[in-house]
Amino acid sequence: MAPSTSSAITLNINGEKFTLTVDHRTTLLDALRERLDLTGTKKGCDQGQCGACTVLLDGRRAVSCLQLAVAAEGREITTIEGVAEGERLHPVQQAFLDLDGFQCGYCTPGQICSAVAVIQEHAAGWPSAVTDDVRPEAGPPPLTDDEIRERMSGNLCRCGAYVSIVQAVARAAASEEQDKGAAA
Amino acid sequence: MREFGYRRVSDVATAVAVLDAEPHARFLGGGTNLVDLMKTGVERPALLIDVRELPLDRIESTEGGGLRIGATVTNSDLAAHPEVRRRYPALTQAVLAGASGQLRNMATVGGNLLQRTRCGYFADVNKPCNKRVPGSGCPAVEGEHHNHAILGASGHCVAVHPSDMGVALTAFDAAVSYESADGPGELPLAEFYLPVGDTPHLETALPPGALITGVTLPAAPVAARSRYRKVRERASYAFAIGSIAAALDVRDGVVRDARLAFGAVASRPWRARAAEEVLVGAPADATTFAAAADAELAAAKPLPRNGYKVTLMHNLVVSELTALAEGVAR
Repeated sequence: MAPSTSSAITLNINGEKFTLTVDHRTTLLDALRERLDLTGTKKGCDQGQCGACTVLLDGRRAVSCLQLAVAAEGREITTIEGVAEGERLHPVQQAFLDLDGFQCGYCTPGQICSAVAVIQEHAAGWPSAVTDDVRPEAGPPPLTDDEIRERMSGNLCRCGAYVSIVQAVARAAASEEQDKGAAA
Repeated sequence: MREFGYRRVSDVATAVAVLDAEPHARFLGGGTNLVDLMKTGVERPALLIDVRELPLDRIESTEGGGLRIGATVTNSDLAAHPEVRRRYPALTQAVLAGASGQLRNMATVGGNLLQRTRCGYFADVNKPCNKRVPGSGCPAVEGEHHNHAILGASGHCVAVHPSDMGVALTAFDAAVSYESADGPGELPLAEFYLPVGDTPHLETALPPGALITGVTLPAAPVAARSRYRKVRERASYAFAIGSIAAALDVRDGVVRDARLAFGAVASRPWRARAAEEVLVGAPADATTFAAAADAELAAAKPLPRNGYKVTLMHNLVVSELTALAEGVAR
């Protein structure tokens, strides 16, 4: 017997549960936009090359265009609609506004979701391709502009707003670092 | 995209049994290559067996001082692991040189080894391709081949393997573990990829229906001083046009041990054993390094529009070995 080509699934998105039946071919990106009216996540290339569709899966950034919706069941999905705390913008969102980290805005939700994760990855001590010495003894690399550019390279901006994007990510990282210091 | 069934499995035995019962099934790991190929019609599985939740997500030290890496470990977790960074820094650098942060979070070690070439003719179902449709021809030989193979290719296929991770694993003598309906097995990575010959559609020596369960790295003290360098057409987030994993142990000015592997020059990660033979026992200087590069690249057969890769790889060998000999961290 041929296997069923669709499934009833429950997706956990921004802390809320959504139950729907999906054709297995449906990507998470299309499920968000076309089925659940969460249109903040954008479709750019639809082949994992531009980063416009970036969301967080279990807290880690991923491209939703190459993630099948059926395979996302059971995972904690955070989209751009879920990064703020109520009315209080996420520090990355605030920094993009304050420093004009966009022009047309189409890549912005993906940039912001990616940057939220970049700051966490850096705080966890992850090296990058431009880190001089990746050995753990070398300690975490400072989050220089070069480090930000490399870590954000999976998000393309065809308007070329990169200069302000790098500044916004740097400011958000610094403000989160400051908050942590104040809390300690 | 062709319609397909979906089954999530939680143990290796079930994964293998399900595939055994449905030969047109594919294992789904991160999906970063497979889902992309399904969208373009290159891959048309009837069933996806989701193996991401298999208990193969650990990195553990072996008794011999090596590391065993589970097949579903993500590229990100592999690159960030303290023991990988300490014992095999070139492996961390290689993984971090590949794709983007998003894709590295999704992609798995097993999937990385089985990813397909990014040759434009392979990706386009409207074009002939001996790898996709055996016997249909290879337009790359006469056509667009500026990023194709200079080593080990044949007139039937000149595509290159796209992995960065695989280049470092090859340099450090990794072995691939698998499970099949006939039981478990292991293949040295050096024997994992088949020569191109006239069968470019047959890519690996994995038995039919086998699931990769992990990769084992033997202890390699030389790897603690290793580097990966990747050259590409833009600064980040692109496939290599040439890359190298290199490790060097120098005592009193003489090379005691050396490991070299090349990426983006052949249908598989290319272990440069001829170069290693020249290096070991020779003075650690520019003359030796150039001779080592020449020894390996003597077998190169560049195409009309990728001869630059011979020069590129020569220069990469010399510059990376020089940096290692001088004690530069990366």
